[in-house]
Amino acid sequence: MESTEQTRSISGSMQSPRSPSSLPYLSVSVTDPVKLGNGVQAYISYRVITKTNLPEYQGPEKIVIRRYSDFVWLRDRLFEKYKGIFIPPLPEKSAVEKFRFSAEFIEMRRAALDIFVNRIALHPEVQQSEDLRTFLQADEETMDRFRFQETGIFKKPADLMQMFRDVQSKVSDAVLGKEKPVEETTAAYEKLKHYIYELENHLAEAQKHAYRLVKRHRELGQSLLDFGKAVKLLGACEGEPTGKAFSDLGTKSELLSIKLQKEAQQVLMNFEEPLKDYVRYVQSIKATIAERGTAFKQHCELAETTKLKEINLDKLMLTRSDKVGEAEIEYREIKAESEVATRRFERIVTRMEEEIVRFQEQKTEEMGVAFHQFAKGQARLANSIADAWRSLLPKLEASSAVQI
Amino acid sequence: MMGSENADGFEETNLNAQRDVMENLDLGVDGDAGGDNPLKKSVVNGDTSNSGYRSAMSTLSNVRDPLSPPPTVMIPADSDPLLAPPSSYEDFRSFGSKPISSDNSYIEPPSYADVIFSPFDENSDSEINGAEDSSLHSQFSDSLSRSPSSSSSDYIKITVSNPQKEQETSNSIVGGNTYITYQITTRTNLPEFDGPSDFSVRRRFRDVVTLADRLAESYRGFCIPPRPDKSVVESQVMQKQEFVEQRRVALEKYLRRLSAHPVIRNSDELKVFLQKQGKLPLQMSTDVASRMLDGAVKLPKQLFGEGGASAVPVHEVVQPAKGGRDLLRLFKELRQSVSNDWGGSKPPVVEEDREFLEKKEKMHDLEQQIINASQQAESLVKAQQDMGETMGELGLAFIKLTKFENEEATSNAQRIRPNDMKNLATAAVKASRFYRELNSQTVKHLDTLHEYLGMMMAVQGAFADRSSALLTVQTLLSELPSLQQRVEKLEAASSKVFGGDKSRIRKIEELKETIKVTEDAKNVAIREYERIKENNRSEVERLEKERRADFMNMMKGFVVNQVGYAEKMGNVWAKVAEESSQYDIEKQSS
Repeated sequence: MESTEQTRSISGSMQSPRSPSSLPYLSVSVTDPVKLGNGVQAYISYRVITKTNLPEYQGPEKIVIRRYSDFVWLRDRLFEKYKGIFIPPLPEKSAVEKFRFSAEFIEMRRAALDIFVNRIALHPEVQQSEDLRTFLQADEETMDRFRFQETGIFKKPADLMQMFRDVQSKVSDAVLGKEKPVEETTAAYEKLKHYIYELENHLAEAQKHAYRLVKRHRELGQSLLDFGKAVKLLGACEGEPTGKAFSDLGTKSELLSIKLQKEAQQVLMNFEEPLKDYVRYVQSIKATIAERGTAFKQHCELAETTKLKEINLDKLMLTRSDKVGEAEIEYREIKAESEVATRRFERIVTRMEEEIVRFQEQKTEEMGVAFHQFAKGQARLANSIADAWRSLLPKLEASSAVQI
Repeated sequence: MMGSENADGFEETNLNAQRDVMENLDLGVDGDAGGDNPLKKSVVNGDTSNSGYRSAMSTLSNVRDPLSPPPTVMIPADSDPLLAPPSSYEDFRSFGSKPISSDNSYIEPPSYADVIFSPFDENSDSEINGAEDSSLHSQFSDSLSRSPSSSSSDYIKITVSNPQKEQETSNSIVGGNTYITYQITTRTNLPEFDGPSDFSVRRRFRDVVTLADRLAESYRGFCIPPRPDKSVVESQVMQKQEFVEQRRVALEKYLRRLSAHPVIRNSDELKVFLQKQGKLPLQMSTDVASRMLDGAVKLPKQLFGEGGASAVPVHEVVQPAKGGRDLLRLFKELRQSVSNDWGGSKPPVVEEDREFLEKKEKMHDLEQQIINASQQAESLVKAQQDMGETMGELGLAFIKLTKFENEEATSNAQRIRPNDMKNLATAAVKASRFYRELNSQTVKHLDTLHEYLGMMMAVQGAFADRSSALLTVQTLLSELPSLQQRVEKLEAASSKVFGGDKSRIRKIEELKETIKVTEDAKNVAIREYERIKENNRSEVERLEKERRADFMNMMKGFVVNQVGYAEKMGNVWAKVAEESSQYDIEKQSS
């Protein structure tokens, strides 16, 4: 699938360019898949070419070698750092296909990775990410190191704190007797969630049928091939003119079989894959929704705890207890945390609002392209089928005019 | 004949339900709504007329598409006998129509059709002898005027319908078996039937077997269309209803083929079968046991001619040896054939007709290729059907998605261009229908291959007649020398006895009589053999011609069909592409 975003230029929040006459641009392409390694260790490496005039980047062009797990690293980092933003999805890991590494699979993966990186590069906020710069520029050893750190068992301290807090909140839930999970209940948000969940189902179904349609094209192609062969053999048994007519018919049939196989491939790449891509996209939005839920819960709980601490503090202050000092410190700490959590949550909400709009526009555009391609392809196929068979008719007429 | 109503299973009903949904879709966007409505009514009427194509393409039989050939509703009343699917019908009616740019009417002619093929006379000829319900193929066959005898005024149309259960009248206390009878209606203007006339009889399958057997006897050397199979394994799967329906269809096909045969259609046997009310007055084929009893009486007479030559009419000799009473003759002919195959000596009359042997070989090859081609044809039909189904499902999924997006839009951004998807969905559903129509037509055309499989069997039968006639000749020929020898021996021996040897002389007389009879029989057999050879030859020639014509028509019909529907689909998709051209990335700048 053509990456349309490649050519779109970046707008908005970039620094002033080096030279006033050129607009800022950041364009990335993922190319040239090469299979490396052997057997179970085999993997595909890609060339990632970055062309840019942004000051944060080195030089007008930079080429690095990356593998699938590097992309995974990048995505995980972005997902952590930019909560609320719909980080574009990656193509599936697919442990099974890996072993087969068919040309088709490799190409589909490359195309999907290309789209992934470009979507990130075009996102006004995410494009400024340091991790992105690392991904696009760091040499392979550095990249390997980064990647190893992330997927290793060494988690960052912040993560540990988060895990601790999660446990803590679960415990306090139990203690406080809260059974219902804390959730946002605004009508608008409910609607959004419902929309996203349903959308996934609809897209998944459409994708399923699209995939079957690809298969049908292939099957029809195959049966045309077999039919053509059989008809030619039949023609060989018959005398003239039927024999020649059958032979012509068979040849045409075989020819059309090739066209069908080609179209099958087109439908797969330009129609089914985009649909699959959007199913994944919606799934990643669901993950963002989950993040929002977590942030909301935190915000609520911390607010609650802050409230309790405040009440406690007031009580202590009234009784002029010597625990006041301690309590005050605690109170301030919790209050600060609570504010952080609230800000975090609100940022997610704001981001999501913008993201939804962006997502819909992007979806409309990209789906539009996919549909258009599909319709064009089908029209082309149908017309070439009509042409091929039509060209046979004069010959058939001529043959049947011959006195049998 | 909505066999599928017996619900082959969940999937079937699901599919039907989906089709109902598709039926009820408002596809009115470009004025197609008008075209949809007749299709909804099509379901009940359409299928009954299309019994013809169901038989061969068993893969289709489970999926009786309610959308397939939209029938009479679309066609003006005066051309009722045609029952042609609108697309082919309109081909020949509406010449003026230009190549389609937009779907004004739902069903449109393939645009080139009027250029290439001239109009046919719609009044006459869908009822042509034995042709199936006016498929495109029979229309073309007419323009090629295949059989010289069928001028447009001759026709005979046979319909088999109305199966009913009847009880055998029986003497036993228990009561007789039940069996099925079928109503056989003939419409014809042939003089042999005192036509033009219309008449009906009721027959059971056993009668058909009798007819087939009598024809086989009377028309040796002819390529007689094979009759439907006698017994079907009464498996649990096949319900009685389905079986009866299949048989009905098969009987109809068989009788139509018989009436299409230029010689057999004039046979007494067929006439009597079609016309005589009440019990069929043809000699029933007897079973082996009663023949054995019969045979015990007639045994000596076969080939011995004792007690006077008149005892056994010589012409019986020329009938192939059947079981039972012809036991002895069977043995002799068997011996002969073994000696033909294994013996050192050449049989007196050899099948020296190299041409015949080559032809036989060729026929066998041809048969193999026809089998192969018809199998691949079935696969092709299945693939087309699947394509249509999946396309339809895709369309439905997108319609649902469109509806969903419109209902659930949380922002106006989503509503901006809902039509893109809707157009695609609509086009997919249309394309799906086109595939189904295409397919039902394809089935009719490619069914020709199945037909000719049947004819190949008929040819084999004709060749077999020839071989068995030759065997009879050979057997008789080899009898003669040994009889002769015996006479000579006896004569030599008796001449040594003075005054004659009464008993020996008598024996010599008898033997001479036998020789005479055998000579006569031999001559008859030779004449019969020659006659059968000639039948073979003319039949094969006739068949070759017919087959070539039919195959040409099949191909043309098939190709015309493919072009027509490909054009239709191309137009539908082109329109969608046109309407969504703002998404054309080639056009998008930079």
